[in-house]
Parts: sequence; C-alpha cells; structure tokens
Amino acid sequence: MAERRNDNKNEPWRDPSAQAYVEIQNVTKRFGDFVAVNNVSLKIYQHEIFCLLGGSGCGKTTLLRMLAGFEAPTSGRILIDGKDMAETPPYERPTNMMFQSYALFPHMSVAKNVSFGLEQEKLPKAEIAQRVDEILDIVKMREYAQRKPHQLSGGQRQRVALARALAKRPKLLLLDEPLGALDKKLREQTQFELINIQERLGVTFVVVTHDQEEAMTLASRIGVMNRGEIVQVGTPSEIYEFPSTRFVADFIGSVNMFEGRLIEDLPDRVRISSPELGGVVYVDHGISAAPGANVWAAIRPEKITLSRAAPADASENCARGIVKEIAYMGDLSIYLVKIESGKMVRITMPNVERLAEHERILWDEQVYLSWHSSSPVVLTQ
Amino acid sequence: MARRPLPQPPVRLVGGRLGLWWQLFFRFGPPRWTLYMRHNWAGKRLVIAVPYVWLLLFFLIPFIIVFKISFSEVRLAMPPYAPLWEWVSERAVDVRLNFGNYLFLLTDDLYVSAYLYSLKVAAISTLFCLLIAYPMAYGIARSSPATRNLYLMLIILPFWTSFLLRVYAWIGLLQNNGVINKVLMAIGIIDEPITMMQTDFAVFIGIVYSYLPFMILPLYSNLEKHDFTLLEAAADLGASPIKSFLRITLPLSVPGIVAGSLLVFIPAVGEYVIPSLLGSTDQLMIGRVLSDEFFANRDWPVASAVAIAMLLLLMVPIMIFQRYQARELAGAK
Amino acid sequence: MRLKGRHWFSKTGLWLGLAFLYVPIISMIVFSFNNSRLVTVWDAANSPTLKWYGELFANDQIMGAAWLSIRIAAMTATGAVILGTLAGLVLVRFGPFRGRALLSGMTTAPLVMPEVITGLSLLLLFVALQQLIGWPQSRDVTTITIAHITFSMAYVTIVVQSRLAGFDNSLEEAALDLGAKPGKVFFRITLPLIVPAILSGWLLAFTLSWDDVVVSQFVAGPGSTTLPMVIFSKVRLGVSPDVNALATIMVLIVATGVVVSAIWMRRQERRRAREMQMAVAANK
Repeated sequence: MAERRNDNKNEPWRDPSAQAYVEIQNVTKRFGDFVAVNNVSLKIYQHEIFCLLGGSGCGKTTLLRMLAGFEAPTSGRILIDGKDMAETPPYERPTNMMFQSYALFPHMSVAKNVSFGLEQEKLPKAEIAQRVDEILDIVKMREYAQRKPHQLSGGQRQRVALARALAKRPKLLLLDEPLGALDKKLREQTQFELINIQERLGVTFVVVTHDQEEAMTLASRIGVMNRGEIVQVGTPSEIYEFPSTRFVADFIGSVNMFEGRLIEDLPDRVRISSPELGGVVYVDHGISAAPGANVWAAIRPEKITLSRAAPADASENCARGIVKEIAYMGDLSIYLVKIESGKMVRITMPNVERLAEHERILWDEQVYLSWHSSSPVVLTQ
Repeated sequence: MARRPLPQPPVRLVGGRLGLWWQLFFRFGPPRWTLYMRHNWAGKRLVIAVPYVWLLLFFLIPFIIVFKISFSEVRLAMPPYAPLWEWVSERAVDVRLNFGNYLFLLTDDLYVSAYLYSLKVAAISTLFCLLIAYPMAYGIARSSPATRNLYLMLIILPFWTSFLLRVYAWIGLLQNNGVINKVLMAIGIIDEPITMMQTDFAVFIGIVYSYLPFMILPLYSNLEKHDFTLLEAAADLGASPIKSFLRITLPLSVPGIVAGSLLVFIPAVGEYVIPSLLGSTDQLMIGRVLSDEFFANRDWPVASAVAIAMLLLLMVPIMIFQRYQARELAGAK
Repeated sequence: MRLKGRHWFSKTGLWLGLAFLYVPIISMIVFSFNNSRLVTVWDAANSPTLKWYGELFANDQIMGAAWLSIRIAAMTATGAVILGTLAGLVLVRFGPFRGRALLSGMTTAPLVMPEVITGLSLLLLFVALQQLIGWPQSRDVTTITIAHITFSMAYVTIVVQSRLAGFDNSLEEAALDLGAKPGKVFFRITLPLIVPAILSGWLLAFTLSWDDVVVSQFVAGPGSTTLPMVIFSKVRLGVSPDVNALATIMVLIVATGVVVSAIWMRRQERRRAREMQMAVAANK
C-alpha cells in the first residue's frame, strides 16, 4: 500500500536540495535524571505522513509534544517552516494536534468544539460557521453538529477531534495515537480515510503510534524510536526489508536471527558461518563489516520455504529440522521448526490451495528449510 | 536554553519593604518550567502568589508568632507579654529566651494530665467511631449504586447542619431528666436516672457523633474501590466469610482506616466545644486548658506554649495524614 | 450466595448508625414544638405550639447575630472559593516549582488543625500586626472573615484539586494548541469544568464559617458576636427551647437544599446515561 503511494509521489528526502518543513536539530529532553529524548535530528518534508514508531516510553510522544510546544527541549533546536520555535508558545505555532484522548471539550457541542480554534483567530461569524460546516462534511459529522461529546461513539469522537484539529487549516498536523482507541475493524477503515483527507487537504502529518501495522499503512516514512533515540528512518518497505539494526528487525514484524561469523566478504556477496544455523548463509549482496566480525543474518518467516524433500543445493541457505508447532491462521499457517542445531525457526506459509489433510506438512515431520540468497539481511549491531 | 530576560521588578515604584517582597517573589525561579509556563511567567507567578502569600501570612507566620511568644514572659500590659529582644544600647541586643513556660507545663500536674486525658479521649472516641463507621461504610459500599447515593446523602446531611446544634441536641437526650433516662425508666429497665451528662461517656458520644461522617467517607471511598470478586475468589478457595474478611477486605482497607482515624483523632485531641458542653469540669481537655489560660488567666505565653506542645504532639499524625492526602490526590490523577 | 451472610450484618450496622445520627436531630425538632420551658417535659395539653418560633424571631440579639453570621459566611465562602480555586489550580496544573511542597502542606494542614490552635495563632497575628503597622485597628467582621477564609479555603482546595485531577490536562493543552491564550483557556475551559467543585466548595466554606464558634471566639471583638457564639453562650447554661426552634429551621433549610440538589443531580445523571445509551445504539 505504501508502495503505491510512494510511486506516485516525489520523494523529497532523496533530494538533498529539498527544503525540510520541520527540522529537528540535536534535540534532547530530560526530565530530572531521565532522558526522554536523546539527541534526535530529523527532517520532515511537506505533504509527508511521517510516523514516529516505538514502544511505550521510547520518547515519541515527548518529541511530538515538543513540536506542539507543550514541552521545551533541554537542548537542541526545532524549526518549523525555517523558523526557530524556541520562543513560540503553543498558541502561536502553525501546528495543531489531535490528542490520544481526543481531549474534546465536554461542555461544548461538536460545532463549538470545532469552531473554538477559529474563534481565537477572530474570524467573522459567518465565515466560522461556513468553515465548521465544511470540515464537518469532510469527516461526515455534519448531522451531529449540535451533539455533546458524551453523546457520541468512540469513532465519532475521533472524527470530531480530527475535524477540530484541521479546522484552522494547519500546515502541520500532529496526531498522537490517532486510532489507538478504536477497535480493529474501525481502525483499518479509518486509516484509509485519514490518508484520503491528508491528500485532499495537503497537510503534513506527524503521527505517533506504537502499532507497526498502522505505521506501515499510513506512513510515507517511518522513524523508529527506541530509548529516546531514532534508530532508523525510512519508507515502510525500507524499514521492513532492510532493517538497520537487530532492534528494528525484531520490532517490525517477526524475524529469524542467526548469529555467525563472516567467512567470505566480497563486494557482491558474503558468506556467514553460523553455528546457530549449523551451516552457511550465502547472501548475494555486499555489506560493510570487518572480515571475521560477528554478524547476524536476519530472515523473515515468509521468505523461508518449507519442503519434505531436500532442495537441489543443500550446501548453503538450508537446514533440516522437525516440525514442533503449527498454528493455522486461515490465510496463512505458522510453523515452528526445531532445526538440528536446536534453534527454533519460525516460518509462515500462505494457504494458497485448499490442501487435503495428507498433503499438509504435519507435526513431528522432518522438513527442509531453504531460502533465496537475496532474502537474508546481514546486521552488524 | 534561551530564556526571556526577566522584566525588572518595579522596585522604585513600590519601593521599600513592598519592593523587597516583590523582588523575593519574582526572582525565585522554579527549576523547570514547561513552555506553557515559561511564556506566561508573570501571570503564572501571580496566580501562585495570591494563595501562597495568603497562606504564608495567615497560616504559617501566625505559628511562628505563637512559637515566639511561647518563649516570652507574661506581663501586665497590652499585649500581655514581654518582647523577646530589646535594644539595650545602639549595638547590643538583649535576647531573653524564657523556657519557663515549657518547664511550667512539665512540672504542673494540670497540663500533663490534661494532655494525657485528651489523648485518651481522642483515642477511645476514634476507636468507637471506627467500630460504628466500618459496618456502615461497608453496608453503603455493598448496596446498589442508586441507594448508595441516598445513603451517602443521609450521612452527609447532618454534617451540613450546625455542629454546635448537633452537640447541643445531646444535652436534651443525656440529661438526668432527659429523653434517654425517661424512656429507660418508662420501660422499667432502671428506677433511678443514670447520670450521663458531664461524664467521659457524654464526651465520647459527642465526639463520635460529630466526627462520624469524617470516618465513614474515607472508609467508604476505599471500600467502594474494592473488587468484590476477590471475596468470591477467596470463597471459591475455601475461606469462610469471616476469614476472607480478615485476610482480604480488612488489609485492603487499611488506608481508609488510617485516613479516617486521623481525621477524627487529630481534631478530637484539641476539641473544645464538645467537652465544654457535655464533659465534666473536674478533668479538662487540653483545648479547654488553652482557652482558659488565654481568656481567663490572660497568660498568653503559657497559652502559646500549650499550643506549641499540642502541635508537637500531633506533628507525627499530621504528617502521616498529609502523606496520605498527597497520595490520594496523586491516585485520582 | 454465601457472601450474603455478612451483608445483613453491615446493613443492620448501617441502619443503627443512621438512627444514631438522626435520633438527636429528630428529638430536637420534636421538642421545638413543645410548650413547656423544660425542654424534656412534653406538655401534651398545649403542644404542639409555635410559641418558641415566635420568641426566636422576636429575639433581636439572635436575629442580629444570624444576619452577621450570614454576611460573614457569604464573604468567607466567596474569598475561600477564589483563593482555594487558585491554590487547587496551582497544585494540580502548574507542575513542579520551588515551594510547591510548602504550599501543598499549608493547604492540607488546616483540615486537621485543632481549632483552638488556629484561633490562638490568628489572634496573636492580628495583635502583632496591629502593633507593627496599626492594622487591624479593632477585631471585627474583617478579622473573623480573614480567619474563616484561612481555615475553609483548605476544603475548597481539596474539592477543586480532586475535580481538576479527574480531568485530563490535555483539554487545556488542546485549547492552547487551538490558539487560546492561557487566561482564555482558564475562563473558557478550566473554569466551566470545575464549576460543580466551586459550587460545592462555596457551600462547604459557607457552612464551615456559619458553624464556627472556637476560632470566632478568639478573633472576634466586642461588637461582633456571631450566631454560634450566641448559641454557645446560651446552651452552656443548659437547654433552651428557642435554640431548638432555631435548629429546626436550619435543619429544614439544609435538608430542603440537599434533597433538591440530589434530585436535580440524579435527573442530570439519568439524562446523561440515556443520551450515552442512545449514542451507542445509534452506532450499531
């Protein structure tokens, strides 16, 4: 999905001359002894949906709150549209925020909530009314304009919160776990609506989320955070296919990791001897690491093939094992195979055909695992 | 971090002592401001300043004055105490710290016994209060939400009526020819009226009666939060109702018990109105002693020393209460 | 269910406790209609009578003191609400600042401070101030009001604090984010949300002031005798039937107020619950 969007768009982050809309320069935030955000630098471009992804307490929300102006960086600078924000309070920033709790004013109707920001700009009444109607139309909440927040369902509140944040036509919208409070079905549906609205209004989104699926669907780029630091920035497919560290590989999706030593290191291929695998991993692209260094070969479960018969070339990228667990998930099945070295390997196989019972690979069967030499990612840290 | 330059306080405008206050107030900078505060520092500090200055002036400084006067000597003048220091010459200050008042408290039997008696009365009343309040709070917490509010209203309603009048109501009940004695004699349980007025019993009743809501409410708000499936789990595991009460409900309600007990015990120690109306005149409680020293004997230094000694006595329970209160409010967040 | 057993025990305790709370009040009300001056002797021949009510309203001392007490209580409640709301706001919303612990200590200590100590310390302060700056010249309504505000603002602070703590401060942040300046945020968002707490704080402070006798005795001057002071000196000498009548009137006023507000709150709650149900149903 993300692929489709990126193909249609230019990718300003690949263009060194492009002007970043938001520039975070070496920002650190300490709360007492606790370092919430540690020396983060980021560039976010106009019309992007940039997702800050990480577990709880990784500093993503603090970073967002610094963009909104609710927290001041301990050190470092934040520039929005080229302007240093250090002395700009939240009510003068060109940003608006959608809160995780939605923070709808409980004593005001939907229309009043949405018009609150416009009233602060001292716009004429007629214009305010017109813009409120317009934005409520976009989020399909116009018929609820006179309701109070407690008279709305969770999904409706989410829409009102979005409308309120968009009403002032901010150039930058900050969204804190925008879909976190919705149930799974509604969440999927709303994700696409969010993307549509973003494209239609041309706003730049910075989204904080802990949900990798959400980040993959929404984002033009993802910044993965861990312990206050940005560990990797990239498009969803870059993050998934080419994680830069073991943390990222493990955090996004699931992965099998084989520790080993580089035994051959050429510009176009490498070989890793891995006792954990009980064999050699052959990779058809070069990496940058010292020869003899300790590395990890990371292979995604869906990139491993499972077969009863040994593959033609069993000398490399291959292992033999016994099926220990099978989880049938409907669209795919997850196999846990114990290979001869004793390590458990996770494999997912799509259930493409409706197989008869005897054709399926079953518990305690001996199987061969193999994968293409382009599949492994070699990680050095 | 770039900081806005602090605007110069208008010292010259207000001048003198007030200017100094202004200086003190606007110069002490909190270690960490959120941006929201940093940009509105003047307004924010003014908001902090109003209640802060009020409480400093009318709550903290008075204690310092009491403390100071407790060290001075009584004198026939207005005000009836000697200053602590006097300028004997231009350079020398004569400081007279007089520990006599405290010594007097320790040696005169009246004070020590009044303190002990007050502690005893407060402790026994608190215990009775707890014994009556616990089943009530438990009963409310276990009733349906609709009736719960009704019960709570019934508990709080007397609190809104005059405390003085509620204590007064007991005089009519407890007198020798009062309602209780009349009823008991009519049923034939007793032949002679029982003397209840001006006894410890009457004081206990008065304190328990007046402070009961203060015990029930913290207990209720604790018990209400209990997950009653815990008791079902205990029953499922074979515990008898009494055992599961002792092992589960009671330990979990300790914070409520502590809060309620402190809310009753601390003010009860210094109680003045109830013993004056219902208690005996042979054994005085410390609150009465203090006000007698002050009003009848006009011995302000000794009255101050009595107050300071009472505060010291109550310091530990007050601090426990404050910690509890802070935790409660943090929990509400 | 096995757990039912203990339930009747606590229910009995609850009803006995409520009886304990209400028997004295009810007996006071009943005897206010008694003809006899001896409060406890029911004069069946001439009762019930409104005689004591008539005497009560004819008593200029009591009526004057009551009017004074109402004025003091109203001023106290207003002052305490302003100061207590500010203190509550500062403690919940202003984050850490130097001296916060002292402020929080000073707002909770008066809740349990024995009244004699509060009264004594405030009187000594007023005397010291008079010597130092010549104010207050005499002890009167002003000094009583100041003293009452000081001990009752603690209650307002607690009520406001717990109400504020129940609201996410992202509401205020959202308003800031939408361009409202801090002062505006307070009046448009914070204040409307804590109005219930402010109202109950006002009533609480009013009651505390209206009821206070000990602190008033210390800080009142000769010309300013509040109603509780009058009652206190009267009942120290024994029961007096016109006090019964006064108590009955006060209980009636309070009970009406509490019952009406309870019914109103219950209606509001029901309406809200119904609306929420409808919102959920509409979404299915």
